[in-house]
Amino acid sequence: MEVHRHLDEELDALRDGVLRLGGEAEAALKRAMYALTKRDSEAAREVLEHDDAIDELEIEIDRQCIDIFVLRQPAARDLRFVMSVAKMAPVLERIGDHGCNIARAVFDLNNEPELENHIRLQQMGEIASSMLAQALDAFARNDAHAARDVIKRDSEINDLYNEIFHDLIEMMAKEPATATRDARLLFVAKHLERIGDYVTDICELTVYMAEAAIIKHRR
Amino acid sequence: MSNSIIAPKFEVINRAALPARETKIAVEGLNFFYGRTQALHNITLNIPEKMVMAFIGPSGCGKTTFLRTLNRMNDVIPGTRVEGKVTMDSEDVYAPGADVVELRRKVGMVFQKSNPFPKSIFDNVAYGLRINRLTSNKSALEDRVATALQDAALWSEVKDRLKSSALGLSGGQQQRLCIARALAIQPEVILMDEPASALDPIATSKIEELIFDLKKQYTIVIVTHNMQQAARVSDLTAFFLLGKLIEVNATEKMFTAPDEKLTEDYITGRFG
Amino acid sequence: MTTLTALCTLVAVGILVIILGYIAMRGIGALNLRFLVDSPRPVGEGGGIGNAIVGSAVLLLLSCAVGIPLGIATGVYLSEFGGGMFASVVRFLVDTLTGIPSIVTGVFIYAIIVLRMKHFSAFAGGIALALIMIPIVARTTEEMIKLVPHSLREGALALGAPQWRVTLGIVIPAAASGIATGAMLAIARVSGETAPLLFTAFGSRFFPRNLNEPIASLTVQIYNYAISPYDEWHAQAWAATLVLMTLILSINILVRFLTRQKF
Repeated sequence: MEVHRHLDEELDALRDGVLRLGGEAEAALKRAMYALTKRDSEAAREVLEHDDAIDELEIEIDRQCIDIFVLRQPAARDLRFVMSVAKMAPVLERIGDHGCNIARAVFDLNNEPELENHIRLQQMGEIASSMLAQALDAFARNDAHAARDVIKRDSEINDLYNEIFHDLIEMMAKEPATATRDARLLFVAKHLERIGDYVTDICELTVYMAEAAIIKHRR
Repeated sequence: MSNSIIAPKFEVINRAALPARETKIAVEGLNFFYGRTQALHNITLNIPEKMVMAFIGPSGCGKTTFLRTLNRMNDVIPGTRVEGKVTMDSEDVYAPGADVVELRRKVGMVFQKSNPFPKSIFDNVAYGLRINRLTSNKSALEDRVATALQDAALWSEVKDRLKSSALGLSGGQQQRLCIARALAIQPEVILMDEPASALDPIATSKIEELIFDLKKQYTIVIVTHNMQQAARVSDLTAFFLLGKLIEVNATEKMFTAPDEKLTEDYITGRFG
Repeated sequence: MTTLTALCTLVAVGILVIILGYIAMRGIGALNLRFLVDSPRPVGEGGGIGNAIVGSAVLLLLSCAVGIPLGIATGVYLSEFGGGMFASVVRFLVDTLTGIPSIVTGVFIYAIIVLRMKHFSAFAGGIALALIMIPIVARTTEEMIKLVPHSLREGALALGAPQWRVTLGIVIPAAASGIATGAMLAIARVSGETAPLLFTAFGSRFFPRNLNEPIASLTVQIYNYAISPYDEWHAQAWAATLVLMTLILSINILVRFLTRQKF
């Protein structure tokens, strides 16, 4: 149908936009974690520079969603798709912001003595990255089952966060000299934990989009 | 779209349910024939009272034919045949001795193109009252006409010219006049066949507001081509295709997550 | 193209104007008040067409009284119930009737009424004219009723009106002006008939007293005067023709005037 061809094209363009935005957020997270573990200020700077692109992508997606709503009056699965995209874009943008926050922490951390083993932070970062990648994949394939699987992994991040929290608090008590560094690392862990929550949001939106089931706020 | 693959940890928030209502019109296994052509296939549907039900579907899907079986307006077309049951308030509408005139008094109809009689505004609204002898004296008649015009949101526009010709009204006013004419005899059900399709957007929205008010008192069934109108105006929606009833659902569910793929394809504009 | 069609129109209209003009010219001479009021007198004594005018009026009234209701009823039947075999037959017969030469109608009435009654009468004349009117009225009524939009009928039916009520109260009033036009055109047609009256009303020299007697009419009078050998009567024939033409013209103008206000 001629009229519907436009809507199909626009919906595809929207999907591409989200995946591009998601790719940028993913890259920002990976780069920030690299900068953190390798103590690389250059990499951290790149993260901050790329953030503008992420913001612009989100605004563009916003605009496209409004246009589709008013001009095409989508219904049923198209409606749920556009609605989910409109809610997903800001979430991805915030993931990018948290990446920036981690990158900013890198500058300060590089002036502090290195923490010997931040295995768990690295783990958190990897889980967050892979969760994000899988969530975007589930979105692209309209796969609610895969999305639900990703949501389950959030508990891993939360568990890691709790462990790091206790360890760092303990260290801050035992070695007040490095308390600043420990506090910053705690915040980095917090950012990663938030990213886990955001990825969960993305997956809940994917489930709604695919199945019209609203599963948020119920865990 | 069923929710069969839900992991036990996750629940679905229930949508606000529609109020439970008595069934006003029950249709069971309805088949309808124009001569040898079958236009409706095995329709089974319950229409609850004091709600708005919309019939949607592509042109030629049978929704108008089905609407007209509810007040036996298809009887005037020669060669038509009905099989199956249509009951209103538990009485079979097509029973051999059924009173068609009485049925049509209880089930009013508003048509796609407004059809006021070439008489005065007053006489138009009074027509049903007069032929059914529903009022005993002149002042009672005048009261009923005024009430009907008020209910149809037309009174303020015509109260000073009740004796002038109905044909001098605008399209939107004429349609509201036809609604007033139908309301005057106090039906229980109002059938509307694309009542706003010939009207401009402002007149259309007046009719839609009117429907919203009317459903407090009347059961309303509206056939519409315009899906956004069905979404705006109705509580329940029934989707017809090629003479079959494909799906009937709460409107909100129908337009966000219909049960049938055919319905979804139609609603998203992928055919028809 | 335009000039050619304009030329043809001029010729057609011109002929009509010439006819009217010629009649007026020949007839105006004998036209005066006495002429319009008196009944015929023997040659040389003047006389007039007063009784003929009255006679024509009586015949017209009689034929309307019979022909118009029957015509309308037939038209209503054909349009409202016109689907079946019987209706098709009726419609065919009605169409055939419109084509029957009026003299044949006259002879027919002569055979079945005049011979039975053993004398000519206004009654027979009226029936003959009615027979000519009926198919005209029936067909125009049917067409006018068919023009009433079906939506109007459905609107009334949906309010619980039985079919007869819809027909009488909604359809016929809506078609009323069209039906009236048909009736008036039928009147204009029969007011010019001569042949049927020759065998039925026959003609008379007196003012009519009752319907059972022969009666004069303008058309027959014109015929009688025209074939007579007297010049005076020829002049009177011309004058009577002028009167008849004026009357028919007036009816047509009236029809145009009354039907200009469509509801």
